Amino acid sequence: MPKIIVEIMPKQDLLDPQGKAVANSLHRSGQKEISAVRIGKRIELHFEREITDKDLEEAKTQAANFLSNDVIEDVVAVTKED
Amino acid sequence: MKIGVITYPGTLDDRDAQRAIRLAGGTPVPLWHADDDLKKVDAVVLPGGFSYGDYLRCGAIAAQAPATKEVIRLAGQGLPVLGICNGFQILVESHLLPGGLIRNEKQHFVCKDQKLRVENNQTSWTNMFEKDEEILIPLKNGEGGYIASDETLKMLEAENLITFRYLDGNPNGSLNDIAGLTNKRGNVVGLMPHPEHAVEPGFGPDTKTAMRSGIDGLKFFQSVLQQVVNA
Repeated sequence: MPKIIVEIMPKQDLLDPQGKAVANSLHRSGQKEISAVRIGKRIELHFEREITDKDLEEAKTQAANFLSNDVIEDVVAVTKED
Repeated sequence: MKIGVITYPGTLDDRDAQRAIRLAGGTPVPLWHADDDLKKVDAVVLPGGFSYGDYLRCGAIAAQAPATKEVIRLAGQGLPVLGICNGFQILVESHLLPGGLIRNEKQHFVCKDQKLRVENNQTSWTNMFEKDEEILIPLKNGEGGYIASDETLKMLEAENLITFRYLDGNPNGSLNDIAGLTNKRGNVVGLMPHPEHAVEPGFGPDTKTAMRSGIDGLKFFQSVLQQVVNA
């Protein structure tokens, strides 16, 4: 199924409490070499037809304005997958 | 004096907000998220809860609702708007207030009576308070950590837009101990703690005088009523 994939991460300089909690748990299970964990989001937009350049442009706009919040997050990638 | 209270799917404290308005002497008007008619109210409260299940980000989907779009438009014309907890999150997602709210520093949901200092008593919702007055109202949230860029924080401090700061310990890691904000015009106020739960003796926080006697939240609603009457 054609889809657009939007990847969002918390900003680098922000504390990511979720990632920190997971990192602590990994350390407790012995994986001490993992220095940090950061947790983001992957959002898939599915289409029933072929994806056009216009769809991708619209997805980029939605990714910047609605799917992410630029105060706390960065849109890492908006990509097409057939 | 009509004060609207918007109910979104997942809102919890809409009836508490309506009760607070009634106790302050106003007439609460229930408003529905899908309806862009705000019924000519004189002010609006965005209450606490988990609108749309906090999906995507807290307040993000509610910020797109027809009723919210109308709130954004009318706030630009001076309509007094108070956002409590999830309502505060909706206000930042709507860009009516700057910054963002993230998960509490220590991951835990915090529920306690919280002391605050009133930093700005020149807003629609704080004009009945003394400057630097210390108040006690309940706080209950999981994502109440206020963050903003250094530049935004400097602007908030310089223009006196921080309305409330946490006292006796920062419960959620909010930068500069920020518990609540206002806009430059002073008609929009958002805060994480819940004034609507401290409006009636017997049902508020414990005070030195008596159990559950705290009613510091009442002045929020009396402030806006007083302002609307004087306008």
